[in-house]
Amino acid sequence: MTDWRPTASLEYLQRRAALMKAVRAFFDARGVLEVETPALSHAAASDRHLASFEVGNPHGAALYLHTSPEFPMKRLLAAGSGDIWQACKVFRAGEAGRLHNPEFTLIEWYRLGFDQHRLMREVAELIAMLVPPLAGEPEVLTYREAFQRHAGFDPFTANAANSRDALRRAGREPPALDALDADGWLDLVAGELVYPALGHGQVTFVHDYPANQAALARIRPGTPPLAERFEAFVNGIELANGFHELADADEQRQRFERDLVARARDGLPQVPVDARLLAALQHGLPACAGVALGFDRLVMLATGAQAIADVIAFPFARA
Amino acid sequence: MASYSTNEFKAGLKIIIDGDPYNIIENEFVKPGKGQAFNRVKIRNLKTGKVLDRNMKSGDTVEAADVVEMDAQYLYSDGQFWHFMNPENYEQIAADATAMGDAAQWLKGEEECKIMLWNGRPLAVTAPVFAILKVTETDPGLRGDTATGGTKPAKLETGATVRVPLFINEGELIKVDTRTASYSARAKE
Repeated sequence: MTDWRPTASLEYLQRRAALMKAVRAFFDARGVLEVETPALSHAAASDRHLASFEVGNPHGAALYLHTSPEFPMKRLLAAGSGDIWQACKVFRAGEAGRLHNPEFTLIEWYRLGFDQHRLMREVAELIAMLVPPLAGEPEVLTYREAFQRHAGFDPFTANAANSRDALRRAGREPPALDALDADGWLDLVAGELVYPALGHGQVTFVHDYPANQAALARIRPGTPPLAERFEAFVNGIELANGFHELADADEQRQRFERDLVARARDGLPQVPVDARLLAALQHGLPACAGVALGFDRLVMLATGAQAIADVIAFPFARA
Repeated sequence: MASYSTNEFKAGLKIIIDGDPYNIIENEFVKPGKGQAFNRVKIRNLKTGKVLDRNMKSGDTVEAADVVEMDAQYLYSDGQFWHFMNPENYEQIAADATAMGDAAQWLKGEEECKIMLWNGRPLAVTAPVFAILKVTETDPGLRGDTATGGTKPAKLETGATVRVPLFINEGELIKVDTRTASYSARAKE
């Protein structure tokens, strides 16, 4: 049996440690407070595309491993913490592959008074410090521009047939017309044609997502309404996802409810939503923007590793 | 009916897509941002050999293909079917021209082949990697020319044609690499 050994080389583990030290110094220099929040929670992520690990609890109701520290961090912000950051392990069931490990490390931070554009600049500064070859001016595209450029259609007016045609043009056999809903088709085209084309030799940000894909971002009214959400890409790989944070408790409650309806429709388990987050938003979340950055992928980028297993001592299969 | 979830996908797994058996060549988990997760799979149609890139929703299941590989000894051809014997139980099995593909042109008799079976029926036959065959027809050899590197066509006893070096003569035995249908070396009886 040789699978007791780490999959990452000692050299990469040393690089990883040095990078985390640099991240800590970055936030320390900017006066952002390092915090810790629970990994084990009574509430779970309601997003139908996130599967939480459920943990049996001999003393009461089941508990859930967090998929991101977002909710308790917002509770800290509502309680007056000011700017905060943390590095933590998060857990997402069913996500395993060359770029995914079900347990991975996020760097997540929140900045008071920032909007999505100001936070994108800070993400670029952090990446530039950790990976100096990426220190140049980042490319900033709207979601619409990214699709027009790399898939050849406008995602805000497109239908499933446009997506299937674009995939066929790229030599791919798309699923059946009724296999996916409208958002599913955009996700497929994004993952196959758009995102892989982004961030070559630079950091590329995509922002202003369709309102359906707002997740926890504010929606800016307009035609169409746009989610103030962004993602960062390098070498075609998503590195970070950020929001100009939704602060409206009623709107947040409605999104939780819609999530649960969608879960029921998809045949997914219902999950307890975070009532304490809603209470905190009711109390008042200061205007802020927040972002989560995949630290393992950042280490891949800094070392040139091709698989996440090369920068994690013991990936899931050896955990 | 056995089935596989996309979570179980890996290279070498045999699955049914649109009624045909496929072999998974590559499987990659793709999850854009916050959205729907997919598996990007490269699959080979085991009937036609055609390779496809396909995306499937993660968590979907597909039927498993009952595909197994067996060793079999080639016996003879009746013109329509090629007959083989399973050396373990002496049962005979017949493959049609589609299943034979290019393999038929390397077989004389008694070769140990591999037969891929789908639901018990031959899907594809693979000849041994090397075949020793007699040259039955080729232009006269150039005596002493073993170095210039030129080639010429040569017809073999099974009817196959391969390119051989100029010094090869009719009646000689050669070793052919059946994977590439190319001359490999001179051979002895």
